[in-house]
Amino acid sequence: MAENKEFWRWTEYSWRDENKDWRGAAIITAGIDVGSVSSQAVIMADGELYAFNNTRTGSNSPDSANKAIEGALAGTGLTLENINFIVGTGYGRVNVPFAHKAVTEIACHARGANFMGGSEIRTILDMGGQDCKAIHCDEKGKVTNFKMNDKCAAGTGRGMEVMADLLEVPITEVGDLSFQVEEEPPPVSSTCVVFAKSEAMALLRDGWKKEKVLAAYCSAMAHRVSSLLDSVGVQEKFFITGGIAKNRGVVERLEKELGVKAVKTKIDSQIAGALGAALFAKTLFEKQQAKSVA
Amino acid sequence: MIANYGYTDGSGEYYIAINTDDCLECPQHLCVNACPKNIIEIIEDDYDDLVAAVKDESRKALKYICADCKPSSERPPLPCVSACPNGSLSHTW
Repeated sequence: MAENKEFWRWTEYSWRDENKDWRGAAIITAGIDVGSVSSQAVIMADGELYAFNNTRTGSNSPDSANKAIEGALAGTGLTLENINFIVGTGYGRVNVPFAHKAVTEIACHARGANFMGGSEIRTILDMGGQDCKAIHCDEKGKVTNFKMNDKCAAGTGRGMEVMADLLEVPITEVGDLSFQVEEEPPPVSSTCVVFAKSEAMALLRDGWKKEKVLAAYCSAMAHRVSSLLDSVGVQEKFFITGGIAKNRGVVERLEKELGVKAVKTKIDSQIAGALGAALFAKTLFEKQQAKSVA
Repeated sequence: MIANYGYTDGSGEYYIAINTDDCLECPQHLCVNACPKNIIEIIEDDYDDLVAAVKDESRKALKYICADCKPSSERPPLPCVSACPNGSLSHTW
Protein backbone atom coordinates (compact mmCIF):
# COMPACT_ATOMS: atom_id res chain seq x y z
CA MET A 1 0.00 0.00 0.00
CA ALA A 2 1.38 3.44 -0.93
CA GLU A 3 2.61 5.65 1.89
CA ASN A 4 0.19 8.49 2.58
CA LYS A 5 2.50 11.51 2.59
CA GLU A 6 1.21 14.99 3.31
CA PHE A 7 3.25 17.12 0.93
CA TRP A 8 1.43 20.31 1.94
CA ARG A 9 2.52 20.00 5.58
CA TRP A 10 5.04 22.65 6.63
CA THR A 11 7.13 22.49 9.79
CA GLU A 12 5.56 23.87 12.95
CA TYR A 13 8.15 25.46 15.21
CA SER A 14 8.94 27.81 18.09
CA TRP A 15 11.64 30.46 18.45
CA ARG A 16 12.98 32.37 21.44
CA ASP A 17 15.64 35.08 21.79
CA GLU A 18 18.12 33.39 24.11
CA ASN A 19 19.88 36.70 24.78
CA LYS A 20 16.82 38.33 26.32
CA ASP A 21 15.35 37.84 29.80
CA TRP A 22 11.68 38.79 30.11
CA ARG A 23 12.11 39.35 33.88
CA GLY A 24 13.73 42.71 33.23
CA ALA A 25 10.90 43.94 30.97
CA ALA A 26 8.37 46.53 32.14
CA ILE A 27 5.66 45.55 29.64
CA ILE A 28 5.10 42.06 28.24
CA THR A 29 2.50 41.73 25.51
CA ALA A 30 1.32 38.98 23.20
CA GLY A 31 -0.40 38.76 19.85
CA ILE A 32 -2.31 35.68 18.70
CA ASP A 33 -3.13 35.32 15.02
CA VAL A 34 -5.60 32.49 14.45
CA GLY A 35 -5.65 32.20 10.68
CA SER A 36 -7.62 29.85 8.48
CA VAL A 37 -4.61 27.60 7.89
CA SER A 38 -1.94 28.56 10.46
CA SER A 39 -1.88 30.14 13.92
CA GLN A 40 0.91 32.15 15.47
CA ALA A 41 1.60 33.51 18.94
CA VAL A 42 4.18 36.28 19.42
CA ILE A 43 5.47 37.47 22.79
CA MET A 44 7.14 40.88 23.01
CA ALA A 45 9.11 42.30 25.92
CA ASP A 46 9.11 46.12 26.01
CA GLY A 47 8.17 46.21 22.32
CA GLU A 48 10.96 43.87 21.23
CA LEU A 49 10.43 40.42 19.77
CA TYR A 50 11.05 37.82 22.49
CA ALA A 51 9.43 34.53 21.43
CA PHE A 52 6.99 33.09 18.93
CA ASN A 53 5.31 29.90 17.82
CA ASN A 54 3.95 28.99 14.40
CA THR A 55 1.50 26.11 14.26
CA ARG A 56 -1.26 24.61 12.12
CA THR A 57 -4.83 25.79 12.81
CA GLY A 58 -7.11 22.93 13.76
CA SER A 59 -10.88 22.67 13.57
CA ASN A 60 -11.32 24.59 16.84
CA SER A 61 -10.09 28.22 17.06
CA PRO A 62 -9.74 28.36 20.89
CA ASP A 63 -7.68 25.15 20.84
CA SER A 64 -5.47 26.54 18.08
CA ALA A 65 -4.94 29.76 20.06
CA ASN A 66 -4.06 27.75 23.17
CA LYS A 67 -1.65 25.55 21.22
CA ALA A 68 0.07 28.59 19.72
CA ILE A 69 0.52 30.43 23.02
CA GLU A 70 1.65 27.28 24.84
CA GLY A 71 4.27 26.77 22.14
CA ALA A 72 5.51 30.34 22.50
CA LEU A 73 5.59 30.17 26.31
CA ALA A 74 7.35 26.78 26.42
CA GLY A 75 10.79 26.98 27.96
CA THR A 76 10.57 30.69 28.78
CA GLY A 77 9.36 30.40 32.38
CA LEU A 78 6.57 32.82 31.44
CA THR A 79 2.91 32.11 32.13
CA LEU A 80 -0.21 33.82 30.78
CA GLU A 81 -0.47 35.72 34.09
CA ASN A 82 2.87 37.43 33.37
CA ILE A 83 1.56 38.91 30.13
CA ASN A 84 0.12 42.42 30.59
CA PHE A 85 -2.08 42.57 27.49
CA ILE A 86 -3.04 40.12 24.74
CA VAL A 87 -4.60 40.95 21.37
CA GLY A 88 -6.26 38.39 19.14
CA THR A 89 -6.33 38.78 15.37
CA GLY A 90 -7.01 36.79 12.21
CA TYR A 91 -9.98 34.77 11.06
CA GLY A 92 -10.50 33.33 14.58
CA ARG A 93 -9.73 36.52 16.51
CA VAL A 94 -13.02 36.61 18.40
CA ASN A 95 -12.41 33.04 19.60
CA VAL A 96 -9.15 33.61 21.47
CA PRO A 97 -10.32 32.88 25.03
CA PHE A 98 -7.51 34.72 26.85
CA ALA A 99 -7.32 37.85 24.62
CA HIS A 100 -8.19 41.26 26.06
CA LYS A 101 -9.15 42.69 22.66
CA ALA A 102 -9.59 41.65 19.02
CA VAL A 103 -8.10 43.72 16.19
CA THR A 104 -8.53 42.98 12.47
CA GLU A 105 -5.71 41.21 10.68
CA ILE A 106 -5.53 44.05 8.15
CA ALA A 107 -4.46 46.55 10.83
CA CYS A 108 -2.17 43.97 12.47
CA HIS A 109 -0.37 43.01 9.25
CA ALA A 110 0.29 46.67 8.47
CA ARG A 111 1.69 47.23 11.97
CA GLY A 112 3.73 44.02 11.82
CA ALA A 113 5.15 44.84 8.38
CA ASN A 114 6.09 48.31 9.63
CA PHE A 115 8.06 46.67 12.47
CA MET A 116 9.66 44.01 10.26
CA GLY A 117 10.41 46.05 7.15
CA GLY A 118 10.79 49.56 8.61
CA SER A 119 8.81 52.79 8.57
CA GLU A 120 9.37 53.26 4.82
CA ILE A 121 7.04 50.34 3.97
CA ARG A 122 3.96 51.67 2.17
CA THR A 123 2.43 48.66 0.41
CA ILE A 124 1.85 45.28 1.99
CA LEU A 125 0.65 42.13 0.32
CA ASP A 126 -0.58 39.54 2.80
CA MET A 127 -0.83 36.17 1.11
CA GLY A 128 -2.70 34.21 3.72
CA GLY A 129 -3.95 30.65 3.89
CA GLN A 130 -7.38 31.35 2.45
CA ASP A 131 -7.38 35.01 1.52
CA CYS A 132 -5.23 37.69 0.03
CA LYS A 133 -4.97 41.35 1.05
CA ALA A 134 -3.40 44.42 -0.52
CA ILE A 135 -2.77 47.12 2.11
CA HIS A 136 -1.37 50.64 2.06
CA CYS A 137 -0.06 52.14 5.29
CA ASP A 138 1.63 55.30 6.56
CA GLU A 139 4.99 55.65 8.30
CA LYS A 140 3.49 54.48 11.60
CA GLY A 141 1.99 51.34 10.10
CA LYS A 142 -1.57 52.74 10.16
CA VAL A 143 -3.74 51.45 7.32
CA THR A 144 -4.64 54.06 4.67
CA ASN A 145 -6.21 51.77 2.06
CA PHE A 146 -6.99 48.08 1.84
CA LYS A 147 -8.62 45.56 -0.41
CA MET A 148 -8.99 41.88 0.32
CA ASN A 149 -10.32 38.85 -1.46
CA ASP A 150 -11.46 35.93 0.62
CA LYS A 151 -14.07 34.50 -1.68
CA CYS A 152 -11.70 32.59 -3.89
CA ALA A 153 -8.73 30.36 -3.03
CA ALA A 154 -6.74 31.38 -6.13
CA GLY A 155 -3.71 33.31 -4.91
CA THR A 156 -3.72 31.81 -1.42
CA GLY A 157 -1.58 29.41 0.55
CA ARG A 158 -4.24 26.73 0.49
CA GLY A 159 -4.19 26.81 -3.31
CA MET A 160 -0.44 26.17 -3.26
CA GLU A 161 -0.91 23.32 -0.78
CA VAL A 162 -3.44 21.67 -3.11
CA MET A 163 -0.93 21.86 -5.96
CA ALA A 164 1.95 20.53 -3.80
CA ASP A 165 -0.17 17.52 -2.83
CA LEU A 166 -1.26 16.86 -6.41
CA LEU A 167 2.31 16.95 -7.72
CA GLU A 168 3.74 15.18 -4.65
CA VAL A 169 6.27 17.94 -4.04
CA PRO A 170 7.01 19.11 -0.46
CA ILE A 171 5.56 22.60 -0.08
CA THR A 172 8.94 24.02 0.94
CA GLU A 173 10.51 22.90 -2.37
CA VAL A 174 7.84 24.28 -4.69
CA GLY A 175 9.54 27.65 -5.23
CA ASP A 176 12.98 26.32 -6.17
CA LEU A 177 11.59 23.53 -8.36
CA SER A 178 9.42 25.98 -10.29
CA PHE A 179 12.59 27.58 -11.70
CA GLN A 180 13.95 24.31 -13.06
CA VAL A 181 12.37 24.91 -16.48
CA GLU A 182 14.01 25.78 -19.78
CA GLU A 183 11.49 28.49 -20.54
CA GLU A 184 8.57 30.00 -18.64
CA PRO A 185 5.31 28.18 -19.54
CA PRO A 186 2.00 30.05 -19.89
CA PRO A 187 0.16 30.33 -16.55
CA VAL A 188 -2.64 27.92 -15.64
CA SER A 189 -6.10 29.17 -14.61
CA SER A 190 -5.77 32.05 -12.17
CA THR A 191 -9.41 32.33 -11.24
CA CYS A 192 -10.10 29.07 -9.43
CA VAL A 193 -7.98 26.48 -7.59
CA VAL A 194 -10.35 23.66 -8.53
CA PHE A 195 -10.04 24.51 -12.24
CA ALA A 196 -6.28 25.04 -11.87
CA LYS A 197 -5.97 21.56 -10.35
CA SER A 198 -7.95 19.99 -13.23
CA GLU A 199 -5.81 21.91 -15.69
CA ALA A 200 -2.60 20.75 -13.98
CA MET A 201 -3.76 17.12 -14.17
CA ALA A 202 -4.42 17.53 -17.90
CA LEU A 203 -0.97 19.05 -18.40
CA LEU A 204 0.66 16.11 -16.58
CA ARG A 205 -1.23 13.73 -18.86
CA ASP A 206 0.11 15.72 -21.80
CA GLY A 207 3.63 14.95 -20.62
CA TRP A 208 4.52 18.17 -18.78
CA LYS A 209 7.11 17.72 -16.02
CA LYS A 210 6.16 18.63 -12.45
CA GLU A 211 8.59 21.55 -12.55
CA LYS A 212 6.84 23.02 -15.58
CA VAL A 213 3.39 22.65 -13.99
CA LEU A 214 4.69 24.31 -10.82
CA ALA A 215 6.12 27.16 -12.88
CA ALA A 216 2.74 27.59 -14.59
CA TYR A 217 0.92 27.62 -11.23
CA CYS A 218 3.38 29.99 -9.50
CA SER A 219 3.05 32.29 -12.50
CA ALA A 220 -0.77 32.17 -12.32
CA MET A 221 -0.68 32.95 -8.61
CA ALA A 222 1.68 35.89 -9.14
CA HIS A 223 -0.62 37.22 -11.87
CA ARG A 224 -3.67 36.85 -9.66
CA VAL A 225 -2.24 38.78 -6.71
CA SER A 226 -0.67 41.41 -8.93
CA SER A 227 -4.18 42.24 -10.22
CA LEU A 228 -5.32 42.81 -6.62
CA LEU A 229 -2.26 44.97 -5.94
CA ASP A 230 -2.73 46.94 -9.16
CA SER A 231 -6.26 47.84 -8.12
CA VAL A 232 -4.96 49.72 -5.05
CA GLY A 233 -1.61 50.66 -6.63
CA VAL A 234 1.88 49.66 -5.54
CA GLN A 235 3.76 52.32 -3.62
CA GLU A 236 7.34 51.62 -2.62
CA LYS A 237 8.52 50.22 -0.39
CA PHE A 238 6.74 46.95 -0.81
CA PHE A 239 6.55 44.08 1.71
CA ILE A 240 5.02 40.60 1.55
CA THR A 241 3.64 38.80 4.60
CA GLY A 242 2.11 35.35 5.02
CA GLY A 243 3.37 31.90 4.16
CA ILE A 244 3.61 32.46 0.39
CA ALA A 245 6.29 35.10 1.05
CA LYS A 246 8.60 32.10 1.63
CA ASN A 247 7.92 30.77 -1.88
CA ARG A 248 10.45 32.37 -4.24
CA GLY A 249 8.62 30.86 -7.20
CA VAL A 250 5.71 33.24 -6.57
CA VAL A 251 7.64 36.16 -5.05
CA GLU A 252 10.19 36.51 -7.86
CA ARG A 253 7.55 36.17 -10.58
CA LEU A 254 5.41 38.76 -8.79
CA GLU A 255 8.36 41.15 -8.48
CA LYS A 256 8.98 40.76 -12.20
CA GLU A 257 5.32 41.40 -13.06
CA LEU A 258 5.15 44.49 -10.81
CA GLY A 259 8.64 45.75 -11.61
CA VAL A 260 9.23 46.25 -7.87
CA LYS A 261 11.46 44.32 -5.48
CA ALA A 262 9.95 43.31 -2.14
CA VAL A 263 11.80 44.20 1.07
CA LYS A 264 13.13 41.04 2.73
CA THR A 265 13.81 40.42 6.45
CA LYS A 266 15.15 37.56 8.53
CA ILE A 267 11.96 37.44 10.62
CA ASP A 268 9.46 34.77 9.57
CA SER A 269 6.91 36.43 7.28
CA GLN A 270 4.14 34.24 8.71
CA ILE A 271 4.25 35.97 12.12
CA ALA A 272 3.55 39.50 10.80
CA GLY A 273 -0.09 39.48 11.94
CA ALA A 274 0.66 38.19 15.45
CA LEU A 275 3.59 40.58 15.72
CA GLY A 276 1.33 43.49 14.80
CA ALA A 277 -1.21 42.27 17.36
CA ALA A 278 1.47 42.23 20.07
CA LEU A 279 2.43 45.81 19.12
CA PHE A 280 -1.24 46.85 19.31
CA ALA A 281 -1.37 45.15 22.74
CA LYS A 282 1.52 47.32 23.97
CA THR A 283 -0.18 50.52 22.79
CA LEU A 284 -3.50 49.48 24.32
CA PHE A 285 -1.87 48.55 27.63
CA GLU A 286 -0.06 51.89 27.78
CA LYS A 287 -3.36 53.69 27.07
CA GLN A 288 -5.04 51.70 29.83
CA GLN A 289 -2.23 52.58 32.26
CA ALA A 290 -2.41 56.26 31.36
CA LYS A 291 -6.18 56.26 31.95
CA SER A 292 -5.86 54.58 35.35
CA VAL A 293 -3.22 57.14 36.45
CA ALA A 294 -5.44 60.02 35.30
CA MET B 1 -8.52 55.12 5.26
CA ILE B 2 -10.05 53.80 2.07
CA ALA B 3 -11.78 50.57 3.00
CA ASN B 4 -12.75 48.31 0.09
CA TYR B 5 -15.40 45.81 1.12
CA GLY B 6 -16.28 43.03 -1.29
CA TYR B 7 -14.61 40.42 -3.41
CA THR B 8 -13.33 39.31 -6.78
CA ASP B 9 -14.54 36.09 -8.33
CA GLY B 10 -14.59 34.50 -11.75
CA SER B 11 -17.35 36.86 -12.90
CA GLY B 12 -15.79 40.16 -11.88
CA GLU B 13 -14.86 42.59 -9.14
CA TYR B 14 -17.49 43.73 -6.64
CA TYR B 15 -16.28 46.25 -4.08
CA ILE B 16 -17.84 49.14 -2.19
CA ALA B 17 -15.13 51.66 -1.33
CA ILE B 18 -15.58 53.96 1.66
CA ASN B 19 -13.19 56.76 2.54
CA THR B 20 -13.55 56.50 6.30
CA ASP B 21 -11.58 59.71 7.00
CA ASP B 22 -14.65 61.60 5.75
CA CYS B 23 -16.99 59.66 8.07
CA LEU B 24 -15.37 61.46 11.02
CA GLU B 25 -16.76 64.76 9.74
CA CYS B 26 -20.23 63.31 9.10
CA PRO B 27 -22.09 62.58 12.33
CA GLN B 28 -25.40 61.99 10.50
CA HIS B 29 -24.17 58.80 8.75
CA LEU B 30 -26.87 59.23 6.09
CA CYS B 31 -25.61 56.25 4.08
CA VAL B 32 -26.81 53.83 6.77
CA ASN B 33 -30.49 54.70 6.36
CA ALA B 34 -30.22 55.30 2.62
CA CYS B 35 -29.39 51.68 1.78
CA PRO B 36 -32.66 49.83 1.03
CA LYS B 37 -30.95 46.51 1.79
CA ASN B 38 -29.59 47.73 5.13
CA ILE B 39 -26.05 46.53 4.48
CA ILE B 40 -24.19 49.58 5.85
CA GLU B 41 -23.48 50.02 9.54
CA ILE B 42 -21.40 52.25 11.80
CA ILE B 43 -18.54 50.46 13.53
CA GLU B 44 -15.67 51.41 15.80
CA ASP B 45 -12.60 50.65 13.69
CA ASP B 46 -9.18 49.45 14.88
CA TYR B 47 -8.14 53.04 15.54
CA ASP B 48 -11.20 53.78 17.76
CA ASP B 49 -12.98 55.91 15.13
CA LEU B 50 -16.70 55.57 14.36
CA VAL B 51 -16.91 54.93 10.63
CA ALA B 52 -19.25 53.44 8.03
CA ALA B 53 -18.63 49.85 6.93
CA VAL B 54 -20.38 47.17 4.90
CA LYS B 55 -21.82 44.53 7.22
CA ASP B 56 -19.68 41.43 7.45
CA GLU B 57 -22.46 39.07 6.39
CA SER B 58 -23.07 41.06 3.19
CA ARG B 59 -19.49 41.45 1.97
CA LYS B 60 -19.36 38.24 -0.05
CA ALA B 61 -22.70 38.69 -1.81
CA LEU B 62 -22.65 42.33 -2.98
CA LYS B 63 -23.22 41.45 -6.62
CA TYR B 64 -26.60 39.98 -5.69
CA ILE B 65 -27.60 42.24 -2.78
CA CYS B 66 -26.97 45.46 -4.72
CA ALA B 67 -28.54 44.16 -7.93
CA ASP B 68 -31.95 45.78 -7.25
CA CYS B 69 -30.33 49.23 -7.19
CA LYS B 70 -28.55 48.53 -10.48
CA PRO B 71 -31.08 47.83 -13.24
CA SER B 72 -29.45 47.12 -16.58
CA SER B 73 -31.08 50.16 -18.23
CA GLU B 74 -32.03 53.65 -16.99
CA ARG B 75 -30.02 53.12 -13.83
CA PRO B 76 -30.90 55.75 -11.19
CA PRO B 77 -28.22 57.20 -8.90
CA LEU B 78 -27.28 54.69 -6.20
CA PRO B 79 -29.01 55.65 -2.90
CA CYS B 80 -25.92 55.05 -0.74
CA VAL B 81 -23.64 57.03 -3.05
CA SER B 82 -26.14 59.91 -3.35
CA ALA B 83 -26.70 60.07 0.40
CA CYS B 84 -23.05 60.63 1.29
CA PRO B 85 -22.55 64.43 1.56
CA ASN B 86 -18.77 64.04 1.10
CA GLY B 87 -18.92 61.78 -1.96
CA SER B 88 -16.89 59.22 -0.05
CA LEU B 89 -18.69 56.10 -1.11
CA SER B 90 -18.35 54.38 -4.48
CA HIS B 91 -18.97 51.05 -6.19
CA THR B 92 -16.49 49.36 -8.51
CA TRP B 93 -19.14 47.79 -10.76
